[in-house]
Amino acid sequence: MEITSARFKKVASQKLADPKVQAALANAKGRFVVARARAIKDLDNFEEIRQAAADVRDHCLANLDQYLEEWERKATAAGTIVHWVESAAEMTRVVLEIARSNEVRKVIKSKSMLGEETGMNEYLERGGIDVRETDLGEYIIQQANEHPSHIIAPATHKSKDDIADLFAQKHQRPRLDDITKLTHEAREILRPHFLDADMGITGANFLVAETGSTMIVTNEGNGRMTTTMPRVHVAISSIEKCIPTLEDVSLIMRLLARSATGQSISNYISMTTGPRRQGDSDGPEQFHVIIVDIGRTRVLGSDLRPALRCIRCGACMNHCPVYQNIGGHAYGWVYPGPIGSVLTPAYVGLEKALDLPNAATMCNQCGVACPVKIPLPDLMRKLREKQTQLKLSPASQRAGMGAWAWLASRPFLYGLATKVAVRLGKLAGGKESMLHRLPFAGREWTRGRDLPAPRGRTFREIYAARKKN
Amino acid sequence: MRVGLFVTCLADLMRPSIGLAALKLLEQTGCEVVVPSTQTCCGQPGYNAGERGAAQALARKLVAEFSDCDYVVVPSGSCSGMIKTHYAELLADIPDIKAKAEWLAARTWELTDFLVNVAGLDDIDARFDGTVTYHDSCAGLREMGVKSQPRELLSKVAGLTIREMEGAEQCCGFGGTFAVKYGDISARLADLKCEDVEKTSADALVLGDLGCMLNIEGKLRRRGNSHTKVLHVAEVLAGMTGDEIE
Ligand code: SF4
Repeated sequence: MEITSARFKKVASQKLADPKVQAALANAKGRFVVARARAIKDLDNFEEIRQAAADVRDHCLANLDQYLEEWERKATAAGTIVHWVESAAEMTRVVLEIARSNEVRKVIKSKSMLGEETGMNEYLERGGIDVRETDLGEYIIQQANEHPSHIIAPATHKSKDDIADLFAQKHQRPRLDDITKLTHEAREILRPHFLDADMGITGANFLVAETGSTMIVTNEGNGRMTTTMPRVHVAISSIEKCIPTLEDVSLIMRLLARSATGQSISNYISMTTGPRRQGDSDGPEQFHVIIVDIGRTRVLGSDLRPALRCIRCGACMNHCPVYQNIGGHAYGWVYPGPIGSVLTPAYVGLEKALDLPNAATMCNQCGVACPVKIPLPDLMRKLREKQTQLKLSPASQRAGMGAWAWLASRPFLYGLATKVAVRLGKLAGGKESMLHRLPFAGREWTRGRDLPAPRGRTFREIYAARKKN
Repeated sequence: MRVGLFVTCLADLMRPSIGLAALKLLEQTGCEVVVPSTQTCCGQPGYNAGERGAAQALARKLVAEFSDCDYVVVPSGSCSGMIKTHYAELLADIPDIKAKAEWLAARTWELTDFLVNVAGLDDIDARFDGTVTYHDSCAGLREMGVKSQPRELLSKVAGLTIREMEGAEQCCGFGGTFAVKYGDISARLADLKCEDVEKTSADALVLGDLGCMLNIEGKLRRRGNSHTKVLHVAEVLAGMTGDEIE
């Protein structure tokens, strides 16, 4: 997928000024947060489960090679064909080869962020294959020719009216304005595609090492139909999704849906272990799993490793005040919000997403919501430090911070300079004691608000004068 | 008990009454209060901007200045959080300082937390006639666990009623350099905070961090609201809510 993170600031301002986007975001804002808060109250030991889940994920990552080997052994024994690839280009090529060698014309797809990452749909379509997204949100996005703005609710930036207009235009049917009716219409349009698709493509929430299975967690029946109806099933997954045991899965499942949508459990959890066996009533004739790296090993060996614990619940973006107000598109790639602000620079390169780690208030509303305790603000700070080391941060900022540290390390000079500054500031504040227009970097502040002026004397001088008396 | 007061650079420059109020409250507890005269900044601006070197220089200076105190008390969740939760990591690569930083971190308290949980301050000698609403600053709440402490103390102020706002724990959008790098987003978050404040019709917004104060007060005034007072919790508890600064 094209990376447009360099335009973060501009797009964010556009989204803030767009009443339609704002209405859709305002509508979504409280929903997830309230639902999650309610759901975690059911668990009296939520914090312990969170810690245990974080430990499990850390353990997987520390022993990833071993669990991936175990997974491959079990998967192969069950008849799964396993492919290992390093890059996005390699992955999409393998998918197309599988499709071609099986004379596939139509693919039904259930949601996969890795599919977005690699631009798989476009690639397959260029290869002459008809690809149909079957998750409702993804279907909407595909019809609108857009990209997801959220990892679990891809069309969350769209209002019901947007969708009604879109369906009326694309389906060539009378406009509906009832959500249930719109959903039924989409289902009706999609049904024949399920029946005549030759291949199903899914992502994988987890790879279970002890059973050699892939697992998907969904709320719509489409995922299960995609894994069972077509004669070929391809699952794509990145390496860090591997989990040792079913026991571990059940631990993490106590957190995933609660953190994501506030459900105690998702409507469907589908495990696939090999293709259809003799006597099975359904299932594909062939089951391929493509395991990709695309930058994961590099992150695994870096100080950003905790980000790989992510179980893609979306809680960090739902709780992020910045995401809540600008939505996901400004982040400019597949993963928006706090986790995206870490993963995007980590996967595509620091220099292509300079704003992302900086465009956060460090409020840690994400970190306390993350079910696997990823210290997101700390990871963003590490990326900021890297920007400084590589001189990718603005020169004015580096000079400014350097000058501040120089001054603040010299108490006498600092005392003199601040005495002058607060007197000037007080003068500028006038009778109301308010600054309305600041120069330089301060312009960005006073464009949207005032700044209370200094009071004319510093604490240090008042205190020193007091001590003398 | 020797208590060191770290005023913070922002209060030193922008609102000295916060430092004076904190000093008065600490003196009321009967502790021996020291105010190291060379103190400046804890290094947080540099730290969050990715300027590790600049931050380390200031952190080392602070650690040395307060090394003879039993406690360091800070009228700010964000600066106390910097010392308590980040100094050890920041100074980890300087072995001889690291141990001292950890020692200091364990002794660092946000002001209201210290007053309630260490000093056990019972009598609040202050009066405020009106309703207030309290904004939880991000670092105060999520790094320092400050939630009930300021409310407990405020409830002892004569004449004062607390009326909670919706979204008291939601970030106001300050975020240090964030506010001058992403002004539009920052101002929007401040705007939403002002809406929540105004919905309570409280006479004053009270909070424990000057960064949030400058941001929210600046936004309230830009919105044309000149009546809602914006006060630091120390100022209210010390009965220093007028315009006088001495
Ligand atoms: S970083 Fe944490 S909160 Fe965000 S999507 Fe991943 S698991 Fe969920």
